[in-house]
Parts: sequence; C-alpha cells; structure tokens
Amino acid sequence: MSVSVKTLQEDEFFYGHKACAGCGGSLAVRIALKVLGERSIAVLPAGCMSAVGFNFPQLCFGNNAIISTFAGTASMLTGIEAGLRAQGITDFHAVGFAGDGGTADIGIQALSGAIDRNDDILYICYDNEAYMNTGIQKSSLTPFGAKTTTTPAGSNIRGNLRPKKNMFEIVAAHGIPYAATASIGYLNDFMGKVEKASTIKGTKYIHILAPCPTGWGIATDETVEIAKEVVDCGLWYLAEFENGEFTLNHKPKEFTDIRTYLKKQGRFKHLTEGDIETITRSRDQKWDALSKNFKIR
Amino acid sequence: MAKKFLSGNEAFAEGIRLARPQVISAYPITPQTIVVERLSEMVEDGSLQSEFIHVESEHSALSCAMGASAVGARAFTATSSQGLLYMAECLTYASGGRFPIVMMNANRSTALPWNIYGDQRDSLSQLDCGWIQAYAENAQESLDLALMSYFVAEHPEVSTPFMANLDGFVLTHTYEMVDVPTPDQADAFLPAYQTENKLDLEHPRNLAFSAGPDHNTAFKYKEHLGLLNAQKAVAEAEARFVEIFGRQYTGLTENYRTADADYILITLGSIAGLARETVDRLRKQGERVGLLRLRYMRPFPGAEIAEAVKHAKAVAVLEKDISFGNEGTVYTNVNSALLKAGLSMPSSNYIGGLGGKNISQTEIEGIFRDLKQETVRIQFLGIGGEDE
Amino acid sequence: MKPYLREHVPTTLSDIPNTTAYEAGYLVTKNAGWRNVRPVIDVEACVGCLQCYLYCPDGVIYKDGGKVAVDYDFCKGCGICKTICKAGAIEMEAET
Repeated sequence: MSVSVKTLQEDEFFYGHKACAGCGGSLAVRIALKVLGERSIAVLPAGCMSAVGFNFPQLCFGNNAIISTFAGTASMLTGIEAGLRAQGITDFHAVGFAGDGGTADIGIQALSGAIDRNDDILYICYDNEAYMNTGIQKSSLTPFGAKTTTTPAGSNIRGNLRPKKNMFEIVAAHGIPYAATASIGYLNDFMGKVEKASTIKGTKYIHILAPCPTGWGIATDETVEIAKEVVDCGLWYLAEFENGEFTLNHKPKEFTDIRTYLKKQGRFKHLTEGDIETITRSRDQKWDALSKNFKIR
Repeated sequence: MAKKFLSGNEAFAEGIRLARPQVISAYPITPQTIVVERLSEMVEDGSLQSEFIHVESEHSALSCAMGASAVGARAFTATSSQGLLYMAECLTYASGGRFPIVMMNANRSTALPWNIYGDQRDSLSQLDCGWIQAYAENAQESLDLALMSYFVAEHPEVSTPFMANLDGFVLTHTYEMVDVPTPDQADAFLPAYQTENKLDLEHPRNLAFSAGPDHNTAFKYKEHLGLLNAQKAVAEAEARFVEIFGRQYTGLTENYRTADADYILITLGSIAGLARETVDRLRKQGERVGLLRLRYMRPFPGAEIAEAVKHAKAVAVLEKDISFGNEGTVYTNVNSALLKAGLSMPSSNYIGGLGGKNISQTEIEGIFRDLKQETVRIQFLGIGGEDE
Repeated sequence: MKPYLREHVPTTLSDIPNTTAYEAGYLVTKNAGWRNVRPVIDVEACVGCLQCYLYCPDGVIYKDGGKVAVDYDFCKGCGICKTICKAGAIEMEAET
C-alpha cells in the first residue's frame, strides 16, 4: 500500500470532460482511474459522469469505458468481467462509477445481485446526495433537511424529511469481501482504499462522498473543503469493512461545528435550530453505534 | 448427426450448446425455464464451456449479456413475456449498441390478466426495438435457428441482436424427433465472433456513448441498414447450412402451395403446422388455398409477401396478437407491404390463440371459407362466453 | 498519456462509426471558454507539494520540473487549486 501523490501515475484517464467547474464526482473518477491504471474498464450508467464524458465525438476517457443503462452498472460489469475471463484475459480491473441515485435507488438490485454472486468487480459510488444530472432531485442518499427541487423548503415542509440510506452497511450485510467509505476531501485515504480493493478478489464497494457545487449551493472552489468538513463534523465517516469486521479509519478528536458545515450550503440555509439539533442528535447516535460496532484504528 | 427426442426448449438448448456462447446470463420464467436448466446442466457436465451467470432479473440478464458482448464475447440469454417487457430498456440498448446477442423468447401472453400460456403479444409489442425477430415452427427449426442466429447476428454487415421466438408450451414443451448435429459440423458452420465493436485492452475504446442531434440520425440510419442486411445474411447462413447439414430453409418466408392459390393464409410460429394440414385437406376437396409462413418479422419480408400473394383473390393474416385500439400488428405490416406493391385484394385479420386458447382446424377452414366472400374482416377467434 | 485534442472531427456518414464505438480519449473541443478567472502559479512560491495536481477535478495541473503548470485549454477556473495551496503560490486572475 504505497500509492501517494508522489507515486501516482501521471497519465490522465478522465480529461476534457464537461462536468461543472469544481465537480467532486469527476475528481473521484479521475483519481480512482489514476490508481487503477490503463487496464481499467470503466462502466458508467446514465448520470452526470456519463453525460459529461461521452458525447460523440468528444470522448473523455483515455481507457476503455462504456455507458450502461441507469440500473445496469453492476450487471454490465459482471458481463464484462465474465466475457474477458471466458477469453482467458484476467489482468484488468472492471470498475463502475455510479452516482447516489444510480446506486442506492435504481441500481441497488443489480448491485445486490453482483455482490451475491461475488463477481470480481469494483463498484464505486460517487455520492453527491441527489439526482444532480437531472437537476437536483431527491435520492435515497439525500440527507435529512436538504432542499432539492423535489423536496423544496417552504413553510409547510423544510426540505427532505428522511435520513440518508446507509448503503455502506447494506452492502456489508451481503458479506462482501471489501467495502469502504471515503470522501474527496481525504484523497490519500481514498487512493489507499482503491489500491487495496484492486488487490482483492471478488466484489469490492467504495462509497465516496463527492460534493456538487451546483446542487449543494457552494462556490466552485469549496468542494474539497466541504468534503473535509463533512468528515470533521462527524456527518460522514471514513471506514472499511473487511473479513466481516468494520474498522473506523479516522476519528476526529473533537467534531467541528455542524451548524457551520450546514449553513455554508444553500441547500441547508432554511434549517431551523430545531432541525440542526435533530441532525446533531442523529450524528451522536450514529457515533455511539460506530464506537460500539467498529474497530478504531 | 444423432436423432434425439426433444422439446422445443431442449432443441434450442442443444443448438446453443453447439454455438458455444462464452457467457450465458438468464433469469427463470415459465415457459422458458427448461432452456436455462438444460444449459446449466451442460455447463455442469462440462459439455459446454461457458460462464453461466445467475442474474437477479431479466434487466440484468440482458445488461450482463451486453457487457459480455461489449468485450467481444458471444453471449446468450432467454426470456418470455413479463421478463421480455422487464428488460425492454435493454432491448433498444443492445440493438443501438449493435451487440449481436442471441435471445430465445418463449412466446407467452402478457399480464393482465395473468396467464402463462402462449401468444405472441410479448415479442410483437417489441417489434420496433431494433432486433432481428424470427419465429420457429417446430423443434428442428428451433435447434437450427439457434445455430443460424449467431451467424446472422454476428455477420459483420449486420451486427444486430437476434430474438428467436418459440410459441410457449405448444412448441417449447412439445417433443419431436430432432436431428442434432455434431460439434464438428457446428464448428464448420459457425465461425468465431470477431468484431471491433468492443472494449479492447490493446486498443482502448469508448462505447455506448451519446450522440446529439447532429450525429444521432447517422447512427440510427446505420442501425437500420444493419437490420436490413440481415436478409442477405440469412440467405448466406441458409446456403451454408444446407451444405453442411442437408436441411434447406427458405429465407424470411416459407411458401406452401401458394403458387396457384386463390386464397392465402399468412401466419407465423407453430400454428403453421395445423394450417399446412388444413391446406392439404382443402386442396383434396379442390379448393385452391395456400399458406405463407412468416419466418422473420424483422427484417420484414414485405417484397416476399407481395410476390407470394400477387395472384391471390384474397388473403388473411392469422396472428396471436392484438395492437389494442387498432388491429393485429402482423396484419398492419402485411397491409403496408401489399399497398407498396400496388396489390389491392381484400385482406382480413384473424386474432386467435390469445392466452393459449386453442386454434382449431375448423376455425382455420372457416377463415378460408370467409375469404371467398372477398370482404374485409377483423375478427377475434374463440372469444368465448357468447350469449346464448 | 491523456485524452487530447484531435484535428479531425468526424462529420460525414463514412467518418461516423457503424456502431457506438470509437477511439478512447478523442477530444474535439476545449473547455477554456468556461473560465472567468485563471489560476496563475507563482513558481518561486510553489513548494512542489502537488496538492493542487492531486485535487484538480479536471486533471489540468501537471508536474513540471519539480513544480506544477496548468493546461489552460481545459482549466475551468474552479479555484480548488488556490484553496488547497498551503504555500499561497496560486492566485486567481480575471480573464480579460
């Protein structure tokens, strides 16, 4: 495990794309491919990264890459892996990059099937917490309180009423060989996890939080900072699941202020003090559970 | 070659074993299950070297097959009815991506009401999805079609997925004596799949991309040409087939006693067997009747239909399908062909066999009797529950 | 290696592939026009930590003799590089 900014290969595999300036998802894709290298075959469902990277004749992946159906990221990965193996080719990485909607909503069935079969694929969910490509609609990974275009914040309802689905633990419950969470604010951690996943046989899942300046209501130069802050204030955590055990990779000594994190973002501007207390309580409950059930590194 | 007593499903599975797909991904649905069960057994006993993927849905079955095809592997799947509709998104994806996957579809009624028996509403509802569509009449043709389907689909000028349709139960579950070719014969017939339409580790490509208004029509036009080219590929496949296996097929259509016929029944699938018997019976009574069987619905044999019926006084289309609010889909297609050829004889439409309802010889005789009256009818057979 | 700009833009029917498959990394347009501000690197102040290179969503910052440089053809001017630079070696300057 040695990948770092110094050893990372200089080739760029995701380049010239039309993602919004400051896009967190494109950073996750770019870095993962730099770790995995040229023998990666990337599958991207309909969504932001395919929309910005594959408009003939502007084709922005330097490696082999294909768009799948929205629901079909995992199943297409399965076919690619099996099809190459059947031809005696095994020195490659079949890697999927799907957003939160493509993973936790429409694609969860195919993902569950692939994990159940333990297909030798790496599935990376870049989570920007809403359907950003179609214009910021709520997904099941949109957090409590967030304003989206389908969960407007008005005088009757203040944004999304439901908590974020716990994809990491849902995936782990399958008994997957390797799963991890990450954030584009902590790329060294992410690179190490991608590298580790690439050495493990069977299904691997990495869930990386990847802020979207457009959908979150932040400036384009704040993407990385906000992705650090969400970890530092305890609303997201960096962890791994391996050999049936959960490990917490990073435990902030003291959480930074949740209110500061939330109020920087347009999507949370409307939250009341009561809402912020609800979010804080839910964070504390989560961390109580984490300290009980996760090994702490 | 060996003779075996096989059902339509089993015969198709034997054909697939001979075609040796590298990846099989399938989800069970009645009445297709026997095909995937037999293929699983063949993989288990080592007589078929194939990756068998137990997918969790039909959508994933075809998505997985597309993944395999996208790296240049030969892929197979099979489905029916609700399963076909559940994978509908992937149907146009596979044809637009020009992935020459072969899929067997056991023709079955579509809900509601629920019904597991045979009719052709499932596949005919997907006629416009860009796939080659063939309809087998019997178990032997099913086996032969399984082999020929890959030759046609993978033909470099075609590169289009192939849906081989077998009538549910009536064909899928009915046993016949079938000639099963040897693997050597099959290998002599079917070349290995080679394509540049693939993700290639030595020559990286981007596949299945977007194309905006400026380029979209060009891709769709080429897709259309690919499907049209299938007609030539079918002829090539059949010429090669008769040389190696000694069985002759007749392209997109099959004419039976049509040359001098005044009244011609046009139909597709397994009902053609009974229709042929009926023609023979009526011929013995001095009636000048004939049968035109549509072996393929896409590419559509419009010119062949017009040529076969040009001297007829009237024609009827018998199909197990209805396009609600209009008429049978096959009928609409046939009429278009007649009109383009400048033919104006009366043509009638008989919609029968829905949800597995039996079509009797008496009913087929009735169709020929109706035709003599030279009026146009659109009529359901066997609605049942008629008032006294 | 990385995807790069090509001179040939496929437009005619025979240029356009028969299937949705084409050479990987084929670029025909730049992204420079998206930018209102551009990152300017003070090479003297740059300590070569490469954090800007690592965190650039577009991958347009590249290693250059122990320091870094920017591919202005594809930089969108998001400013993440300036925010991440602890040495204060990057300024965003208005495009004229």
